[in-house]
Amino acid sequence: MKNLYILAMILILASCSESKVEKNSTNYLSGDIKIDGSSTVYPITEAIAEEFRKIQPKVRVTVGVSGTGGGFKKFSRGDIDISDASRPIKEKEALACDENNIDYLELSVAYDGLAVIVNPENYWVDYFTVEELSKIWHPDAQDKILFWDQVREGWPHEEMHLFGPGTASGTYDYFSEAICGKKVGTRGDFTASEDDHVLVQGISTDKFGLGFFGLAYYEENKEKLKLVGVDNGNGIVQPTLETVSNGSYAPLSRPIFIYVNNSVKEREEVNEFVSFYINNASKLVQDVGYIPLPSSEYEKQFVK
Amino acid sequence: MKNKEYFIELLLKFSALITILTTISILWVLLSESFSFFKEVSLIEFFTDTQWTPLFANKHFGILPLISGTLLTTLVAILVALPVGITIAIYLSQYAPKRFKQVIKPLLEVLAAVPTVVYGFFALMVVTPFLQNIIPSMSGFNSLSAGIVMGIMIIPFISSLSEDALSAVPKSLKEASYAMGATRFQTSFKVMVPAASSGIIVSVILAFSRAIGETMIVAIAAGQQPRLTLNPLVPVETITAYIVQVCLGDVPHGSLEYKTIFAAGITLFVFTFILNNISFWIRKRFREQYE
Repeated sequence: MKNLYILAMILILASCSESKVEKNSTNYLSGDIKIDGSSTVYPITEAIAEEFRKIQPKVRVTVGVSGTGGGFKKFSRGDIDISDASRPIKEKEALACDENNIDYLELSVAYDGLAVIVNPENYWVDYFTVEELSKIWHPDAQDKILFWDQVREGWPHEEMHLFGPGTASGTYDYFSEAICGKKVGTRGDFTASEDDHVLVQGISTDKFGLGFFGLAYYEENKEKLKLVGVDNGNGIVQPTLETVSNGSYAPLSRPIFIYVNNSVKEREEVNEFVSFYINNASKLVQDVGYIPLPSSEYEKQFVK
Repeated sequence: MKNKEYFIELLLKFSALITILTTISILWVLLSESFSFFKEVSLIEFFTDTQWTPLFANKHFGILPLISGTLLTTLVAILVALPVGITIAIYLSQYAPKRFKQVIKPLLEVLAAVPTVVYGFFALMVVTPFLQNIIPSMSGFNSLSAGIVMGIMIIPFISSLSEDALSAVPKSLKEASYAMGATRFQTSFKVMVPAASSGIIVSVILAFSRAIGETMIVAIAAGQQPRLTLNPLVPVETITAYIVQVCLGDVPHGSLEYKTIFAAGITLFVFTFILNNISFWIRKRFREQYE
């Protein structure tokens, strides 16, 4: 029995040393890459970081979520190497970077599109104008705009049942800003859930339901939902891969970015990570529910 | 030997104290957090405003929509569970053969052992689509199907406790009733039920307070839209569902939004506390003494 124990120990030790030798033999990069910023970009960056860890296990990639603004704040102080952003950098933030001599590179990594959804049995809604969406969702509508015929004449006098992401989600911020305006928010009397399944379930089983969430999530539940086009003044646009990526599905589509500190690009592991990001974005972006840029765009980013 | 006895006694005392201390500390947390909430939001606003939107831009702190959602689902549940539960109790205690009763009673109690999350999905995936065949305008989330399923869940509370109460009525009463020429039906409803009424009422109140505090079923099947309504066909939000909703989001700790869950929690606590006290009082006050 004792012998067996010793034998096992030897085997374990042997296997340990073996794996050590193996690791040293190939050229693994090492170091820390610190990333922070938008919760909207987080799923993409995290997915890429996970894949990256598989091929470069010695590089520690940490991805934080402190919001786009919070991310830029840290970025301009030089605390982090890469900043996730769901909007372009603001002048003030760019100035702060200048002051601290931080030179950066902006890379767009994906598009984020929002789908406006009704129940498949809804026969009356053919499209929404941006004004109509604003009328429905504006904080002033709370407890006042309750019936479909209040939105457009001719629609039935039936109660509207609204569904949308909760205030904690980036999707909510984005929608409320695009439709109702900056720092306005939306009404509060709707079914708010951070869980997109709840929204799909609610709208797909409620004839008078209306809601919004990420376009990718609609794609997964196509048969149960009806996608509604949005008229922003230049005609009705249905959100598709194409209209989202060429920007014509406005204002409910936007590019999302990562910002890379140029000085850290000299570090090989950061360089490696960024090119890995751009090379794999197209595939992983779709996995986590966003819309990839056209491949030519990624090539352009790569050249940068 | 004496030391050992003393030690065991201490241990027993200690476990009793832990339970009481837990209750006290829960109360303390609820009270202190909701106290600072009510410093910012007046009680009058809390109980008279008809909108509840603390997480949004246009903030309102009226608990009424949540209370109405809670009471609506509970009411539906009681409407289902009360007739069914009492019928079962009377059948089991007065009509059913003894052997049959011994099998059926534990089987009924299994209903209370089904995890509530299963009930929730049952309401959402089975009951709601079924009801939508009958009432097409019904929403996917609604208080009716959540309430019905919650009613099924609390049937054993009513049937088992009422059955116990009915069985505890002295046999002499039943025999006297038969001796007077009463039928079985008359004996059951005119003699046994009134004699056991305090026990039956207590069972209903306990079921009621169980339904008020029920969380999972309503969070899954009743929706999350606070609305002041008595219409059982549209989405509502109960107090418990709201607390779940806030806990799942990332509301900053210590903010006013965060404190709303304690204010909602204490409201819920007051409800169930009152109900439990009523049932305690009824049990003491109205228990019929035959011995």
